[in-house]
Amino acid sequence: MHSNGHIQNDNGALFESILLILPALVIVIYIAAVVISSRRYQKWPLYRTFSWILGIICAASAIIGPIANRAHMDFTAHMVGHLLLGMIAPILLVLAAPITLALRTLDVQSARRLSKLLKSWPLRILSNPTIASALNIGGLWILYTSGLYGLMHQSALLRALVHFHVFIAGYLFTASMIYMDPAPHRFSFMFRAIVFTISLAGHDILSKYIFAHPPSGVTKEQAENGGMLMYYAGDAIDVTIICILCYQWFKATRPKESLAL
Amino acid sequence: MDFKPRNQKDQSLSEIRYTYSARNLWSGFLFGIGLVAFIDEAIFHQLLHWHHFYDKSTSNIGLVSDGLFHALSWFATVGSLFMFADLRRRKGLWLKRWTGGVLLGAGSFQLYDGTIQHKLMRLHQIRYNVDILPYDLIWNIAATGMILIGISLIIRTRRSLLKMKAEGRYAQ
Repeated sequence: MHSNGHIQNDNGALFESILLILPALVIVIYIAAVVISSRRYQKWPLYRTFSWILGIICAASAIIGPIANRAHMDFTAHMVGHLLLGMIAPILLVLAAPITLALRTLDVQSARRLSKLLKSWPLRILSNPTIASALNIGGLWILYTSGLYGLMHQSALLRALVHFHVFIAGYLFTASMIYMDPAPHRFSFMFRAIVFTISLAGHDILSKYIFAHPPSGVTKEQAENGGMLMYYAGDAIDVTIICILCYQWFKATRPKESLAL
Repeated sequence: MDFKPRNQKDQSLSEIRYTYSARNLWSGFLFGIGLVAFIDEAIFHQLLHWHHFYDKSTSNIGLVSDGLFHALSWFATVGSLFMFADLRRRKGLWLKRWTGGVLLGAGSFQLYDGTIQHKLMRLHQIRYNVDILPYDLIWNIAATGMILIGISLIIRTRRSLLKMKAEGRYAQ
């Protein structure tokens, strides 16, 4: 028992140092791309760089550090991590427009290959708002209503997979709702608004469900705190997405007065 | 829509109002729903703690309808205000018709909440451990009052719309 814990600790330390290098690397690559593309084209907006750095820090702090450590026994801390990884980090990263930056930085041939990839059918399916919502909200339903939440704390691999899914699904969902990057497969504002409302409802219902039905291994009190946090903080973040979506509608439907005269 | 202005200069205020009368009504209606939902949640749930989002083991339908309504009210609030801004920049805002929409939306949601959610589905009550009748009466009578005033404003603006339309035909 004791030695087992020791080995896990050693593995954990190695794992943590890898996990610490990865976010740092992603930030460095982004900044390098900003420098290169700003030399050739218009200056890259500073807020996007900040948004990227902050987004990566949010995502990383859900996997390593004090919040991640407490998340093993404290459901509220788990929920804070979930909000950082699945909701706050995705918005910040989408706002940083990484694909636009990549297309500006890469040489013509690689950029063409990237845009071909974006237009491909697998991404057409994944970037569909209904599919992205199902992956995002559906994944959460499975995590908290089946035994998966309890299993996740016993296996490091499973935990990593769940974190990966929450992050990727969160990013896909956000990117399918607000178009900051070139999106070859576009949907109307009305369609995205309807899908978004249904997914937000799914999120609300799940947080209330957690409030009443604690996931496996979670006490009633912790489930209530975590459920409330998921409900209210989730709302605050979702309202941000609604505001961005509506603002994009507002800009796109601007009346063209100069043409009318 | 048979009242298309020939060009921008021809567009008098009433014509713009005519064009955007439906958008005025919708923007107001959605804002009204969002407003009451917000007041209910911020004041009664969170500040006064009169009732909470989970009062008793509710039916699954109650949970689902509550979640959907909450999501809809968030989107309605933000979306309707952007529609309001859009009407202003198009100079098509018709405050009287918009207000009619707000009162109709607010009253309808409040009456739905007070009758279906409170009484029929018994999701929660306004307050507990007190005589609830005066609270219910105030909540539902206020809702009915808002609906009636809202409808009368909508009918009145519709009348002037129809009048405008008739005059417009004569002028052409």
